[in-house]
Amino acid sequence: MPIRPVSVGERIKRREDPRLIRGLASYTDDLKLHGGLHAAFVRSDYAAGKIDKVDTSKARARKGVVAVYTFDDLRGKVGRTPCVARPEPGRDAEHPLLADGFVRWVGQPIAVVVAEDRYVARDGALDVSVEISPLPAVVDLKRALEPNAPRVYADHKDNIALHIPRSNNPEVEKQFAEADGVVKLELVNQRVAPVSMEGRAVLAHWDEGPQKLTLWSSTQVPHLVKQAVAQCLGLSEIRVRVVAPEVGGGFGAKIPVYAEECLLPWISRQLRRPVKWSETRTENLMNTTHGRGHIHEVEAAYKKDGTLLALRGRVISDCGAYPSFFGPSIATFTPLMMPGCYGVKAIDVEVVVVYTNTMATDAYRGAGRPEAAYTVERVLDEIAAVTGLDAVEVRRRNFIPKSAFPFTTATGAVYDSGDYEASLAKAVERFDYAGARARQAKARAEGKLVGIGVATFTEICGLGPSAGASPIQRTGTWESGMVRVEPTGNVVITTGISPHGQGQETAFAQMAADAFGIDVNDVEVLHGDTDVVTHGVGTFGSRGLVVGGTAVHMALEKVTAKASRIAAHLLDAKPEQVSFDGEAFRVAGSERKLSFRQVAEAAHLWNVAIPGEEPGLEAVARFEPTGTTFPFGAHFCEVEVDPDTGEIALTRYVAVDDAGRIVNPLLADGQRLGGIIQGLGQALCEEVVYDESGQLLTATLMDYAMPKAHMFPRIELDTTCTPTHLNPLGAKGIGELGTIGATPCVVSAVLDALRPRGVSHIDMPLKAERVWRALAEAKS
Amino acid sequence: MKVSVNVNGQPQERDVEPRTLLVHFLREQLGLTGTHIGCETTICGACTVHLDGRAVKSCTIFAVQADGRNVTTVEGLAKDADHLHPVQTGFWEEHGLQCGYCTPGMIMTTSALLAENPSPSEAEIRHAIEGNICRCTGYQQIVNAVQHAARIGKGAR
Repeated sequence: MPIRPVSVGERIKRREDPRLIRGLASYTDDLKLHGGLHAAFVRSDYAAGKIDKVDTSKARARKGVVAVYTFDDLRGKVGRTPCVARPEPGRDAEHPLLADGFVRWVGQPIAVVVAEDRYVARDGALDVSVEISPLPAVVDLKRALEPNAPRVYADHKDNIALHIPRSNNPEVEKQFAEADGVVKLELVNQRVAPVSMEGRAVLAHWDEGPQKLTLWSSTQVPHLVKQAVAQCLGLSEIRVRVVAPEVGGGFGAKIPVYAEECLLPWISRQLRRPVKWSETRTENLMNTTHGRGHIHEVEAAYKKDGTLLALRGRVISDCGAYPSFFGPSIATFTPLMMPGCYGVKAIDVEVVVVYTNTMATDAYRGAGRPEAAYTVERVLDEIAAVTGLDAVEVRRRNFIPKSAFPFTTATGAVYDSGDYEASLAKAVERFDYAGARARQAKARAEGKLVGIGVATFTEICGLGPSAGASPIQRTGTWESGMVRVEPTGNVVITTGISPHGQGQETAFAQMAADAFGIDVNDVEVLHGDTDVVTHGVGTFGSRGLVVGGTAVHMALEKVTAKASRIAAHLLDAKPEQVSFDGEAFRVAGSERKLSFRQVAEAAHLWNVAIPGEEPGLEAVARFEPTGTTFPFGAHFCEVEVDPDTGEIALTRYVAVDDAGRIVNPLLADGQRLGGIIQGLGQALCEEVVYDESGQLLTATLMDYAMPKAHMFPRIELDTTCTPTHLNPLGAKGIGELGTIGATPCVVSAVLDALRPRGVSHIDMPLKAERVWRALAEAKS
Repeated sequence: MKVSVNVNGQPQERDVEPRTLLVHFLREQLGLTGTHIGCETTICGACTVHLDGRAVKSCTIFAVQADGRNVTTVEGLAKDADHLHPVQTGFWEEHGLQCGYCTPGMIMTTSALLAENPSPSEAEIRHAIEGNICRCTGYQQIVNAVQHAARIGKGAR
């Protein structure tokens, strides 16, 4: 029977785009309310210090300044900055909305100036004089762990925010005893800045009549913002509406609920006027959460045949100056994912999350898993180097075989499905690995430093179930989806996720179009408004399609079931005789049929009452994952290093990823390409740098090195498809694959290029100077 | 002080402070919020507009410097949804955008490129957008978008 083309699986262009390409979308800073005020912050110039005096009188006297607030105005009236991954008492820190007596990082907000105009607010902020007696700051992670180190919190016994000790698993020691050798690595996974192109922005409007707060915020998690802000300000959450309008990227840094998001509503309520703040890029770099910031000390036991037996060691993670929203929990994912796609028998890794006088860290595209993948891939390359085996062969020998899934790893993660050999084989072929090695040998003979990199990896997506997703993180892992059919048969979907570039307005519309046999353009997808969308969780951790999409799928199925019952009654048939074939509800073995639109109309007109049913056609569903998906991939790249300057030319990059079933390959490609360049950015150029006194040296995009278009060749993409059984879509999550695979892949290539010159270790970012120094040191 | 700027074909006369940046003039006084601010230091290019036909970064130009001149913003490229500029069509067809924040700047930069060089090579496109940062796409689909525009537009405009 001819059925209209199915849209799921097709490269459908985005319905989000027309408003964006014409400059007609509304981001938070684009919104203007009558009587709106602007806020500007006075921030700490010191990484650590005692505030002696804050003089706001000059600012208050400035024409156009409406109010100035410091912590004294807030004391006892508001709660702390929200955190859902709180360290234990004694290690937790009550992080205030404005500095309370002490400052703990450069950029910490001390006072806020509210004015009629954006420029005047900034003038007013410059008028505020702050006297601070500097205290010793601690920036270096290892220094922070020393007993005599300056303490970020004087009343804490040390700088540790979270400590998960080694388990002293006897299996680990047994494996080390049986090993042919041990490789030992200390790796820095440097601190980077997420740098969404739109910074954070907040517009708060307290409406005194209905006693209701509307908060527009550039966030990934409007529902969590609603809960957190209500709690911080002592408001009932039914008096709070949070809207994430167009959001210009997040990458994890817009998950935390920040002080500014709590403070602006409080100010709006004080002044009974709307108030807006949009961070500058410098504010973004010094006061929006950073990512990574790990040191890994690992020992790996191996056999001569390249088998990785066991890993032990320590993950030191930089918490920054306060526990951010998810912040302290991020590093707990690192040991969990350290087995990668390998059948390593035992792992015992300690986690230490350390306070320093720097901006807090939190999730950043991958969030704890790229750090794990980077380390285990470096370990495998090192094993290949010391055993003289081929790096690809070492990986192949260690793979968890396809037949072993579902597979419980040495760290207790239950991998849903995988076929690592297939993705590797495809990548080997696509890259022409043998040919590339032959060309490399020839280039080396000519004195060129050519390197080939490989990374095979898996990661954890769409976390669940809610109980025990993380040792300390307290949020549900489910998601909501609602499908409402209008009397015409047009469809409105609402979703609890909050897309900001991922394209789910399109992907979910495709799903509804297929479910009901209607046009994609007859589906509206709403998100990001807590008064419109039933309670949800948000967009992070590659959960948009995996969890959010599954909730929508479930709601579509509920609606289809009800529509089917209605159709059966109208067609004078038994429900089990009626099915929807993508075009119409048909009675088996007869010509009788009704279109979806006819059923929708009947459900609303109700001229024919359907026994046992209510009028209308809509459903809400919530998907609670019973387990977590583990997409994977195999990446290859080729570099040439200039021996005189240390400059790296990336000449080829091939990525074969497996994210299970794909709803829209166009969107999936976009996620992968963006993620890969972001991962390459960390490997090649990006780094947040503080000096030893805690001054931020990378406070503008002139200093913080972002990846740019001319640095990269065309990335070659291919896929394999190993669906998951954990959701009906078979989708595994795709947002973070790129940052997880690309970083180790290119470092692998650069080290491969440098090894013949005696370089066996280098830390990211692989800036020319660092490569040049490594070559110079190896020579001498 | 008074400035008269022709913006998207419409004469606009406003009182501005001498320090008002062109981007704030466009966004706050004229309500043309398609032009975005991403860095304030001329690095990211989100604020790119055409000034007398040339791509410039409006975050580091004063409004008064545009006095008596022609400014085109992203809103001025297409008269309606059915008449997109070839570069806009290219971005849509090739998934050249995700969050969309850098997109107006990218579109203004690359439409200026195509006006000068209707058939740029991939290297020329990548060079042209060195001053525009995108965090979402990894640039490849932006390159595809510009190539698409070059094909359909023959460098229109």
